[in-house]
Amino acid sequence: MFEPQNRGHMSSEKHIQVDGLRLSYGPKEVIHGISFHILRNEIFGIIGPAQSGKTSLLKCINRTIDFSPEARVSGSIKVDGHDVRETKSIYELRRRIGMVAPLPVGLPLSIYDNVAFAPRCAGIRRKGELNEIVEQCLHQAALWDEVKDRLDSLGTKLSGGQQQRLTIARALSHQPEILCLDEFSIAIDPVTTMRIEDVLKVLRRQMTIILVTNLTQQARRLADRTMFLWNGEIVELDRSEVVFSDRPGNPKTYDYVNGIFG
Amino acid sequence: MSDHPNQLFAETSFVRRKQRQEGVAKWVLGSMAGLMIIPLVLIVGYLIARAWPSLSLSFITQVPIRGMREGGVWPAFVGTIYLVFLSLAVAAPIGILAAVYLNEYARDNWLNRLINLAVINLAGVPSIVHALFGLGAFVYAAKFGYSIISASLTLAIMTLPVIIASTREALASVPRNFREACWNVGATRWQTIQAVVLPNAISGILTGVILQVSRAAGETAPIMFTGAVFFKAVQRGDLFPYALHDQCMALSMHLYVLSTQVPDVKESIPFATAVVLLGSVLLVNATAITVRVYLRSRKKW
Repeated sequence: MFEPQNRGHMSSEKHIQVDGLRLSYGPKEVIHGISFHILRNEIFGIIGPAQSGKTSLLKCINRTIDFSPEARVSGSIKVDGHDVRETKSIYELRRRIGMVAPLPVGLPLSIYDNVAFAPRCAGIRRKGELNEIVEQCLHQAALWDEVKDRLDSLGTKLSGGQQQRLTIARALSHQPEILCLDEFSIAIDPVTTMRIEDVLKVLRRQMTIILVTNLTQQARRLADRTMFLWNGEIVELDRSEVVFSDRPGNPKTYDYVNGIFG
Repeated sequence: MSDHPNQLFAETSFVRRKQRQEGVAKWVLGSMAGLMIIPLVLIVGYLIARAWPSLSLSFITQVPIRGMREGGVWPAFVGTIYLVFLSLAVAAPIGILAAVYLNEYARDNWLNRLINLAVINLAGVPSIVHALFGLGAFVYAAKFGYSIISASLTLAIMTLPVIIASTREALASVPRNFREACWNVGATRWQTIQAVVLPNAISGILTGVILQVSRAAGETAPIMFTGAVFFKAVQRGDLFPYALHDQCMALSMHLYVLSTQVPDVKESIPFATAVVLLGSVLLVNATAITVRVYLRSRKKW
């Protein structure tokens, strides 16, 4: 049985606890009461076909679901024991959660401002401190060497793979404890994907990572535990070596992972 | 699929008919578009030809003399500038801020639907009705009297809905991705608007506002009821001849008066007045286009 490296960083403390989460857009329910937890410092893979509720789940966690007026949420999501739906400061909550969208979004600002945006929104004004954060985050996202000489040029002018790393740098710029990656590799080439995966292997030592992916191989490579979400319900949630083995808990999982359906 | 490989790309009657239809469609559509140039060229050409004897720079800077039968249009020209500037100074900030609220904050509830409905209907109100409203609201109720301020406020209310509509369109053209990326890192809506939405919508917003200049400058009815007068004695070349509570002359009103009310006007003078009005409006529109081209060239995505 293969064993992903760095397993030792995982603790048994529950970082995120989801209980009976239901989500509907208007009359259409897309998540049907799911419960699970995510451990501190693990890489938690979520696999499943389109429309299975993966992205919506992430939006519930950082409460950007609030921006979809027709969405109705019930159940609870606790981060460090605090229900995100009762938090007084959603901006503080969002700063604790880094979010990387499927398509790279370079904001129409300079590379520097892209990364300095979140710290500035949080009230950091001192130039030295900002410089430090920008350099550190670009290093962490493996982008520093490529852009260090042109921090003033536009983030939108970078290539797709560079923009995705810029997006990751921006997600790291508010020093989150949780990093959510939503199919980060669908718009970038395999080599860049591997570079980002290497980055994630380093970041897992500092934070909890939720990895939503359509590439089952990617979840197998990186995730400590993997959840198979299908039509808004959990089909299977187990250690990755079980989910991706020849005999997972649910035969549907085997069929999906091996491309027999889905 | 043809049986004979060498006939694979041969013209069939269907292909020929398709190409003929394509040619006709392109020609008809193109000529309709081309027709649009004709009225403009005819109007401008006719006006300039008839106005030629009076056209000179001093026509703008001179005041009317001999009971407006001769001389220039300076008081009307300055009056129009006053009215346009003041009305947009009122309408632009209110309109832009309202549009930002409607596009960025407003949820889909009955109150905001009502506001939207009000904006759409306000845009459809005829200018003569605006004029009556301005007369009742600003001249009498607010006791501004017949004055520049009453006329400007009336024009402001008239241009407001269009400014709101064009600003909303400019804001909506900024991709939602950008907003979501900002919200994800913990930015408030206002921080997002400041950093990303407004800077990228500003060219569209400015264009929309500037295009309203031509509308405010051209309207006669609203100002005739609220603050524009037949004649006002003004020193030649005086830059600030009016106070806010004064009545003023305006180009559109002046043109109407010269054409219908004053006997024995030198024939070319109304036409020259029209040329000045049209010229200033086209100049402002050209500025709008220049601004847009400049800002587009710096577009960031």
